Amino acid sequence: MVAEAPQRERAIAFTLNGESVRCRAQSRAHLGDLLRAEFGLTGVHLGCEHGVCGACTVLVDGRAVRSCLMLGVQADGTTVETVEGLTESGRIRDLQDAFHTRNALQCGYCTPGMLVSAAELLEEGGTPSREVIRDAISGNYCRCTGYQAIVDAIETTAQARHAARREAAE
Amino acid sequence: MSGDGLTFLDRPNSYIGRSVPRPNARRLLEGRGVYVDDVPAARLAHVAFLRSPYAHARIVSIDTADAKAMPGVIAVATGAELATVCTPWVGVLGHFKGLRSAPQHALAVDRVAWVGEPFAAIVAHSRAEAEDALAAIQVEFDPLPAVVDMETALDPGSPAIHPDLGDNLAFERLLEVGDVDTAFRDAALVVEETFRFGRHTGVCLEPRSILADWAAGDGLLTVHHSCQAPHMVHDILCKHLSLSESAVRVLCKDVGGSFGIKVHIYPDEMATCALSLMLKRPVKFVADRLESFQSDIHARDHRVTARMAFSADGDILALDMDDLTGIGPYSVYPRTSAVEANQVVNLTGGPYRHRYYRARARVVLQNKSPTCQYRAVGHPIATMVAEGLVDLGAAKLGLDPFALRERNVIPDDAYPCTGVSGIKLEKLSHQTALAKLKAMMDYDALRAEQAAYRERGIHRGIGLAAFIEITNPSAAFYGVGGARISSQDGCTIRLDPQGGVVASVSVTEQGQGTEGIIAQIVATAVGVPMERVRVISGDTQSTPYGGGTWASRGAGIGGEAAWQAGKALRANVVAVAAAILQSDPESLDLRDGAVVDADSGLERMPLSELGRIVYFRPDTLPPGLQPEFVATRHYVPKDYPFAFTNGVQASYVEVDTETGFVRLLKHWCVEDCGTVLNPLLVDEQIRGGIVQGIGGALFEHCLYDSEGQLLNGSMADYLVPMAGEMPDIEVAHVVSPTATSEIGAKGAGEAGTAGAPAAVVNAINDALRPFDARVSRQPVTPEVVLEALGLI
Repeated sequence: MVAEAPQRERAIAFTLNGESVRCRAQSRAHLGDLLRAEFGLTGVHLGCEHGVCGACTVLVDGRAVRSCLMLGVQADGTTVETVEGLTESGRIRDLQDAFHTRNALQCGYCTPGMLVSAAELLEEGGTPSREVIRDAISGNYCRCTGYQAIVDAIETTAQARHAARREAAE
Repeated sequence: MSGDGLTFLDRPNSYIGRSVPRPNARRLLEGRGVYVDDVPAARLAHVAFLRSPYAHARIVSIDTADAKAMPGVIAVATGAELATVCTPWVGVLGHFKGLRSAPQHALAVDRVAWVGEPFAAIVAHSRAEAEDALAAIQVEFDPLPAVVDMETALDPGSPAIHPDLGDNLAFERLLEVGDVDTAFRDAALVVEETFRFGRHTGVCLEPRSILADWAAGDGLLTVHHSCQAPHMVHDILCKHLSLSESAVRVLCKDVGGSFGIKVHIYPDEMATCALSLMLKRPVKFVADRLESFQSDIHARDHRVTARMAFSADGDILALDMDDLTGIGPYSVYPRTSAVEANQVVNLTGGPYRHRYYRARARVVLQNKSPTCQYRAVGHPIATMVAEGLVDLGAAKLGLDPFALRERNVIPDDAYPCTGVSGIKLEKLSHQTALAKLKAMMDYDALRAEQAAYRERGIHRGIGLAAFIEITNPSAAFYGVGGARISSQDGCTIRLDPQGGVVASVSVTEQGQGTEGIIAQIVATAVGVPMERVRVISGDTQSTPYGGGTWASRGAGIGGEAAWQAGKALRANVVAVAAAILQSDPESLDLRDGAVVDADSGLERMPLSELGRIVYFRPDTLPPGLQPEFVATRHYVPKDYPFAFTNGVQASYVEVDTETGFVRLLKHWCVEDCGTVLNPLLVDEQIRGGIVQGIGGALFEHCLYDSEGQLLNGSMADYLVPMAGEMPDIEVAHVVSPTATSEIGAKGAGEAGTAGAPAAVVNAINDALRPFDARVSRQPVTPEVVLEALGLI
């Protein structure tokens, strides 16, 4: 029996930043490479390709995922959101404003992944303590800021959202 | 003072000293930064490098035939082939007398000298295909004895890495000031310690990246480079690729962290440019993380034995130290790898009044990754040595460590003066900084809290570290030694017809906020709203010539150039407006984008109207009036070789004496960088620097085995500080502007890293004091703590 030749690429379809997309994905390419190379989503930053630094974090079906630890072909049928999509939809506008005002970024390389991780935390609601915030972003390395400004910006956003929710409820 | 009677701080609508957000941060927040790997290029090829698996070996043969036949491969190049295009270099400078190194090639020829040294390259249609083909290159090595341990590198039995040099001593400096031996002999107390500083590296989140595009038709090599000093790179590319100055353009847009890592010449990056020349198409190299760990410069790797002499009542009398550092097999080009040890000699004990000082530094070659200048070059070592000894002395004398420092720092009213190593100090503020820190951290209350915890068996410690920092370097740093690295910087400002302002600067942006502070300065100096200012940096074709951003020089040097250019443009504009309005130029000013009456502030003419006349109806101008709405100014510090700054940090930690884990509870820093242009940006520079310093103190370590193999070349194995383990950091300032420039700004980028390790290590030792245990080896891992406690 002749062994089946390895399938080097596959056609996939998924929802990317609210748009329905299809492409041929190399079976060995990780999702980060696919998003950058096929779709020009250069906000997905590759820092370590070991799943440690968090710079490539995106949302897959609403959960923060290291796009370097997932194969591109595994995106088939999922919903993927990157910092570009979150920006366009306005979902993290308040968080981005808080980062800007607080200077919670320097070189900007960790920033997209940091925002995605923070967005996931913020969507859980409530007003997380600084300790909880620090824990939630511990999978996202930042070499520039020392983290404090990032914690401040996330904390500010959480408090503002909480206040807005309470106001809406009253 | 600005010459028109107003300081920059009093100018109406001044942005100086205000915490305005960085204009260029918004696009980074939207994922729209453009780092090298994001730059599109038609016909782009990708290069991957074959790197040495041995610390030291002769290359007997390389067979590239199979690799050339692999799918997607465009070209394969060996060191010998590449050497026909790119000439080798030697990393020495004239002002480091006796510094020696050997010629280094873009791709090693015949011999590899560290694990990770590139010696062959494959260019392919994709990086993946290039990597696939790497595996098909057949190489035969003849392993050579490797010199790994710097402690034995100078032993007579140790083989010379470069036989022509005879031994592995690259550089030695001995500084002796006063009768040191007598001072030690007559001292009431002498303390001694051996400090070890582990090798670590920058771990920029964006790896080193370069895209070189030789357009043969244009005769232009366009290089997109993640770097800090584009003009330096431009000059070196011309020299080693035999190109004329006008045949190269280096662009340096968004840079994902640098910290000194991206200010050196790297073999793989030179090779990428050479390959583009050879193939006449764009070639891109982006280091992967393993390559980064193996081939980015490393730093530190010092062993310092030092002693300090005290009088009975706590005067520091003398300091004597011996520094040994290993720098890898080559001194790095063009800044050299002797600078860190040289800085240690210049800086150790710098805050204090003692007049007797001896320092020896020996810089040795070894078969590990090359080391070179990384954030706070030498400062963390110098600070740890002196501050560690001061704390030891305080403990032995039964004096409070705060009081001992207050007693010994050079008094604030003693400046200008010369430090013991011969450094010229214009104006420092140790006493004021210490007083401010003491109040900020509520020192006495914290000591009481520490004592209360100690009674409950909880071991907390308080550590202090006073330091000085070298900023705003003049040509004394590199230029005098023959390095073609500019110490002057420039700014060109153009006023456009609608009143918009474009400022191009030779200093560069890597996230510090360079473009932000330039926009603040330009808006203030010219007299326009900040949102009308667009700043251009990182392009050797369109910015003035200059050094770039390193050694904490961007604000102090680039900022002053921008201030002077802005003032010159304002004067030009006011002169033209005065002619049109038939007024005395002295009676007019430019404020908030309009020509105004200087006394009343009433608007006489908006800039858009002035621009309309000047650009579109020059025929209506008075005869003989030629407006110049472009102004360029350059600046270089001349009065002092460096603008020294000072500061003091404190750390509060808790040590688990059973596990050895250290918990960082709080950190404080008071520093004096002169004029604070933007408190928001300066404070975050300080905090980021502190956390990088903490990384070196507690976590970061490039580990090698006895064969010279790097053991932890991944982010999973090499630890960097994470959000969860970092403390909140309080930052405050003392402001002693330098009188050498009008804006008075000194540097702030390295102060945090300079002092943090010493503060943290002193705090750990303070916590361990009841156990009569001490740590002196960084990083202070739990293992080091447990060893000190005698538990393992």
